[in-house]
Amino acid sequence: MTDEEDDIILSELPDDELVPQMHDDLYDGLNEEIVEGVNILLERGWMPYKILTEALVEGMRIVGIDFRDGILFVPEVLLSANAMKAGMKILKPLLAETGAPRMGKMVIGTVKGDIHDIGKNLVSMMLEGAGFEVIDLGINNPVENYLEAMDTEKPDLLGMSALLTTTMPYMKVVIDRLKELGLRDDIIVLVGGAPLNEEFGKAIGADAYCRDAAVAVETAKEFMARKHNQMMATA
Amino acid sequence: MIDRNSQFVYEGKGDILLLACGALASEILALIRMNGWDHFHLHCLPAKLHLYPDRIPEEVEKAVNKFKSEFEHVFVVYADCGTGGLLKKKCDEIGIEMIPGPHCYAFFEGVEKFTKTAEEEITSFYLTDFLVRQFNSFIIKPLGLDRQPDLKEIYFGNYAKLVYLAQTEDQDLTRLAMDYAKLLELEFERRFTGYGDLAQTLNDLHPDQ
Repeated sequence: MTDEEDDIILSELPDDELVPQMHDDLYDGLNEEIVEGVNILLERGWMPYKILTEALVEGMRIVGIDFRDGILFVPEVLLSANAMKAGMKILKPLLAETGAPRMGKMVIGTVKGDIHDIGKNLVSMMLEGAGFEVIDLGINNPVENYLEAMDTEKPDLLGMSALLTTTMPYMKVVIDRLKELGLRDDIIVLVGGAPLNEEFGKAIGADAYCRDAAVAVETAKEFMARKHNQMMATA
Repeated sequence: MIDRNSQFVYEGKGDILLLACGALASEILALIRMNGWDHFHLHCLPAKLHLYPDRIPEEVEKAVNKFKSEFEHVFVVYADCGTGGLLKKKCDEIGIEMIPGPHCYAFFEGVEKFTKTAEEEITSFYLTDFLVRQFNSFIIKPLGLDRQPDLKEIYFGNYAKLVYLAQTEDQDLTRLAMDYAKLLELEFERRFTGYGDLAQTLNDLHPDQ
């Protein structure tokens, strides 16, 4: 970073320069600068949802593109995600108060036998950023945990994650159980994780395989739009 | 004709090519030397492919196509290695056999045994001799821990124990593995596995078997 960049005083930037600067800061994983930027925009009267979408989500969208293109790698994405998390911590309580739009509700968790949650956490955060309510079941979830959450939370979507070749087949166990109980058609099932692929998603009967967090958000949005259209058509 | 001098880690006398992950080169060479298996040739793909498992099937296919006319038999010394079944599918498509199991941790310990114990120890992080030797190149740097040590909690926070599956009796490697457990703030356990299923699988490829 150059001296000139070091000298940037965020509070002195007009909105149309501050927001792109926040995208840069998010890209560089600068937590403190993101927190400062969020607070400045709040003081300037920006609605929390506008800050979330235009400053944070848009910044993470750029990070996501460069990750997909091999320009950024996992460590950098995690630092950006941490910065976004810091900004969201301020905005989250305000979003509920200010009536931010709700896109849908997802129950998400890493499957039984698997403790890996980096990708799942990223998906959860990006979904929240996109206006979804996310119920995160954490790691190592047996089928009972998913069923219980479906019963109590009545989600629109179920997300399952696995990092291991040995644990990914458990996703089929969950989907088969949903079928046995006659619940499969009530929920949109999205799956993801490093060793998964499109073909596996189809083979186990998921609605979609999502190769990264950005795709997960777009896929969730598409399915919610379809669900909404179906409901309108049958109303 | 292929310029064999520049292609092979080991050049034997027979017609069997072992197409292996670079992370297994030392172990396969040790087995070849220990058993006098000069019927093998050994070609290794870069171990760093493990950082991008989705590329493994394509790279294996390329190598098979490159070498198959030169050998009577090509055997792929990779397990699934995070390819989610795609490597097995590719090998089936091109009519090549590969080593069974999810990854090298499993075949060093014995796939059957590993599968049983893995269910009971999901919070274990495994290292082999190779990974202990290459800890910085394969763990620390790719995870960015050299630049951002704070990410350690994100990567390893759900693990409880580092299990060193040792292929050899090497005090220096054991000491290093202990240091890495300390660095990652994990308990330490060393298990001597030897070469496990790898030895048996390669033995079964002997022309007299």
